[in-house]
Amino acid sequence: MSDKKLVTLRQMQSGQSGKVIQVQGGMGLANRLSALGVRPGKKITKVSSMLMRGPVTIQSGNTRMAIGFGMANKIIVEIEES
Amino acid sequence: MACHNAEDNNISRKSDIKRILLMGNPNVGKSVVFSRLTGVHVIASNYPGTTVGYTSGFMKLGEKEAEVVDVPGTYTLEPTSEAEEIALKMLNSGDLVINVVDATNLERNLNLTLQLLEKGTPMIVALNMWDDVGHRGIHIDVGRLEELLGVPVIPTVAITGQGIKELVESVSRASSPHLPPSGHDERWVKIGNIIDQVQQVTHRHHTWLEHLEDASVRPLTGSLIALAVLAGTFLVVRFIGEGLIGYVFDPLFENLWTPVISILSSLLGGSGFLHSTLIGSIVNGEVNYVESFGLLTTGLYVPVAMVLPYIVSFYLMLGLLEDIGYLPRLAILMDTVMHRLGLHGYAIIPTLLGLGCNVPAVLATRILESKRERFIAATLISIAVPCAALQAMVFGLVGERGGQYVAMVYGTLFVVWIILGFILNRLVKGFSPELLIEIPPYRLPLWQTVLQKLWMRARGFLREAVPIILAAVLVINILYTLGVFDAIANFTAPVITGLLGLPKEAVVALVIGFLRKDVAIGMLAPLALTAEQLVVGSVVLAMFFPCMATFVVLLRELGIFGLLKAAGIMVTVALLVGGLLNLIL
Repeated sequence: MSDKKLVTLRQMQSGQSGKVIQVQGGMGLANRLSALGVRPGKKITKVSSMLMRGPVTIQSGNTRMAIGFGMANKIIVEIEES
Repeated sequence: MACHNAEDNNISRKSDIKRILLMGNPNVGKSVVFSRLTGVHVIASNYPGTTVGYTSGFMKLGEKEAEVVDVPGTYTLEPTSEAEEIALKMLNSGDLVINVVDATNLERNLNLTLQLLEKGTPMIVALNMWDDVGHRGIHIDVGRLEELLGVPVIPTVAITGQGIKELVESVSRASSPHLPPSGHDERWVKIGNIIDQVQQVTHRHHTWLEHLEDASVRPLTGSLIALAVLAGTFLVVRFIGEGLIGYVFDPLFENLWTPVISILSSLLGGSGFLHSTLIGSIVNGEVNYVESFGLLTTGLYVPVAMVLPYIVSFYLMLGLLEDIGYLPRLAILMDTVMHRLGLHGYAIIPTLLGLGCNVPAVLATRILESKRERFIAATLISIAVPCAALQAMVFGLVGERGGQYVAMVYGTLFVVWIILGFILNRLVKGFSPELLIEIPPYRLPLWQTVLQKLWMRARGFLREAVPIILAAVLVINILYTLGVFDAIANFTAPVITGLLGLPKEAVVALVIGFLRKDVAIGMLAPLALTAEQLVVGSVVLAMFFPCMATFVVLLRELGIFGLLKAAGIMVTVALLVGGLLNLIL
């Protein structure tokens, strides 16, 4: 049985993959992220996150990027939970 | 006949092209393509944002020459940042665009490609990093991509030169399909369609480099790797630097140059203005390359035998780290710390460049988004980040007295960097944005490109530094003869002696520090300072005021008010810290 669940990128576990559902906040952030390839519908994988509200590293296609803690909190991802 | 006509057409087409723009996403290899096309070598590295200004050069196109411009990388033409606005403006001035595309990231790169096509400038696409496509399990149908885009698409491996000839030949086929402008979402749908038709990706396992990439950005393994990289770099820089001095440059000067100088010294009669200008003062009966202060002695020895070895060793290691792609990982690890200083992690890149030379470091602060960050970063760099020339002299002169004194200089500068950053973060208005960067894959650097870059930087140092050092030595000799320094020394004695505990003549070094920091530290040598005084002198010199070259770029980057603010902070902090050190030591 697998269950779909919405979490923020920050809440995702390292190694987990999911589909981007929404980028909250202004258009500015959404545009910058979409230029890097992160936009609703895209599959992303969380690689790691730094301690103490440090940045989150993700992989989307062949692109890797680091996203600040606050921004990671605004990215809503759908994950499958078994 | 028909063939002849076609050729005529090509030539007439080519001759219309006066300005070619290299455009594309950050870190796709535009600067490497630029070097290949123009023969002008520019610094290229494996991280986004290496090119901050724009460079132009010329290439031959048929009978004529065309200007080629290396435009800083942008993800989009929607003007959301300063860099993008500049790119958009430049686009209107070009006759042809060569859109450099990272073939391993086709989908994301096509976003800019389509936007460029909508603007209607004739274009060709260089599908770069073509060698990487295969082992990433990606297959791209180039012919189909060409059909769908309506412009020539040439696979290239800029770093080895593969495909560059074909790229140049395809200039005559450049076209502009005049795509209608489309909205944001509409464009992504189009891109999706193109990708479905031209690209196939097969699954494959992680390579060892990719495992290393993962480990570099995890908190525990990442910190261990960072410590190992930084410690290793420091040790290798010292090892190569000292090796070059001890086994190459010192013997060269001793065995080849000293006899020449001795003969010249006796020819000049051992004293007089000409002797003191060319050879300098005789210390304990012989020429002393550090203390004599003549044009042909200290003026050559300092740049060539004391500083150049460290320039070479530092830039060799920096070049390796840049080309491997390590620096953005360090930015991620340092992000939390850097936020306390009002910066985000990416500011570590200009800071590290500053350990080589403050001039490119201040220029590189342009990769930071806000004016506030750029001010804080530039101020911190010019105060607390010592350049390689200064560090080499600290190793040479302070190191003689014992490693603990060198550690005191570095320790003080590091503490100042942290505390001052902390204070500036509180005082400077505005906010600093969060980190959002693309992380390049690790690449195994090619020796030719690493050595080429090292050669450019070492040559740059010799060209720019040696004339200034010689001029500084000349000025010092003239002003000494005229007695100007005595007047200054007496005037500033209360501060220099009273506050900093240095002999009043040390002010001369502070004045000369405006020209070159290496010569300035060298001027402390003949003053017979104690080890503690040398520490105070070195720290104050490092912080007090930037050298002329840095001063000029600070003015350009921060504006006159920003510069005045930064300069005020420099003088205040230098005197404060120098005074404190004098009390403690």
